[in-house]
Amino acid sequence: MHARSLCLAALGALALATPALAQKTSVQAIEEYREMLQDGNPADLFEMKGQDLWSKKRGPKNASLEQCDLGKGPGVVKGAFVELPRWFADTGKVQDLESRLVTCMSTLQGIDPNEVIKGAWGKGERANTTALATWIASESKGLRMNLPQSQPQERVAYEVGKRLFFLRGGSHDFACASCHGEDGKRIRLQDLPKLTGNPGDGVGFSAWPAYRVSSGEMWSMQHRLNDCYRQQRFPEPIFGSDATIALGVYMGVNAKGDKSAAPTIKR
Amino acid sequence: MMKKHRIAFTAATLLGATSLLVACASGGVDQTGMSSAQLDALTRDVVKNSFQDKGIVKVSQALGEDPTDQACSAADVAGHPLSPERAKEIEALNLKTIQWPADGKYLGDWKEGEKIAQSGRGRTWTDKAGAANGGNCYNCHQIDKKEISFGTIGPSLYNYGKQRGVTDPASPQAQEVVKYTWGKIWNSKAYNACSNMPRAGTEGILTEAQVRDIVALLLDPKSPVNQ
Repeated sequence: MHARSLCLAALGALALATPALAQKTSVQAIEEYREMLQDGNPADLFEMKGQDLWSKKRGPKNASLEQCDLGKGPGVVKGAFVELPRWFADTGKVQDLESRLVTCMSTLQGIDPNEVIKGAWGKGERANTTALATWIASESKGLRMNLPQSQPQERVAYEVGKRLFFLRGGSHDFACASCHGEDGKRIRLQDLPKLTGNPGDGVGFSAWPAYRVSSGEMWSMQHRLNDCYRQQRFPEPIFGSDATIALGVYMGVNAKGDKSAAPTIKR
Repeated sequence: MMKKHRIAFTAATLLGATSLLVACASGGVDQTGMSSAQLDALTRDVVKNSFQDKGIVKVSQALGEDPTDQACSAADVAGHPLSPERAKEIEALNLKTIQWPADGKYLGDWKEGEKIAQSGRGRTWTDKAGAANGGNCYNCHQIDKKEISFGTIGPSLYNYGKQRGVTDPASPQAQEVVKYTWGKIWNSKAYNACSNMPRAGTEGILTEAQVRDIVALLLDPKSPVNQ
């Protein structure tokens, strides 16, 4: 832990020093920085927190989440991540991992869904949901994305997600597709995955949750989408809203067959 | 609260809509059991229920009825470009919004233009109202060759003026390029209906003075862009 925080401090210093270096050296420095990111992922800490939260008795009902059905039956965690979002008969809704966790926390533990939906990133029950999502994702690492499309609601969600992906709006007329509609494009030096088709193993949808070195935060897919929309100059998507779920279905189905690498580490 | 935000995908609304459509299914119904128009309508409901005002960004402004955005989004979903006639209509609509410099002065200070091109600030829900916005130019374009951190969504603008033969931006021969450059920055969609580029002047992202400085960055023979 100590060595890791030192390493992160050194990375921060490197990032700050980069603009002052000569051109060729800057490129090399960025490459080195990216390589260093692969050594050790602080997401481990969030996985441990999530695993602990899963089995811990909590909330007004003093119950654990061990009977939570993530789509493969009560308590089945392994393989659940690569099949979400999916339709759930008990709620009659298509749900992603995080909105499903909110349902389980509410029904099993008695925790108010608004503690997550109206919460703040990195705080309270929303931070707990992120930790749980991180651990649950880690249990499917290396498995291939395989979202179901057998229910009509799942197919409708895909079609709605596709429309949302191409929806231009805001002061800058940006859609998700403005940045993620073509192969091989960048914003500044950041490579952009094309998400209208299959982006490949561990890229795009199969890479989140991810630990963000630049902010020192663990980001779930809901958080990732939230910040994409912020940069898009859109209004804020409500946590777990239908738009976020439908986009998850669109990206997740497009990623079919890709090996999940979540949780990953990002700049 | 949950219920209010989750009406679209509930079994009641969805299955209701599905069975109704299956009962009177004709052409244009895909494997969702819904027509494209039904899916468009459902998407509008989803948008309505999924976003909230935050900071300076208001749902009513950001997701209002803009004919350019609507036509281009629909073309992207359909997977084919606008018809040439429709593209021309949209370009004409956008051309009308361009404000040309009242004093006829198109070029400002390229050094200021470089700062504006570097800045990606403005108009997100974490930005403050009234703060100066950036042009976001380097996010998508190569401009000054010394800046290696540039995006590739748009074409390289390095040597923009030089390649277009502009040696004296005030000369009559340069006027067409100068005016096009101003217009393209003010409203990119006047020249390419579904351009990925924001409409910096029309949407009030940049001021007239800022547009002038960006034009100078691209066309001033002294600008590093043209070295």
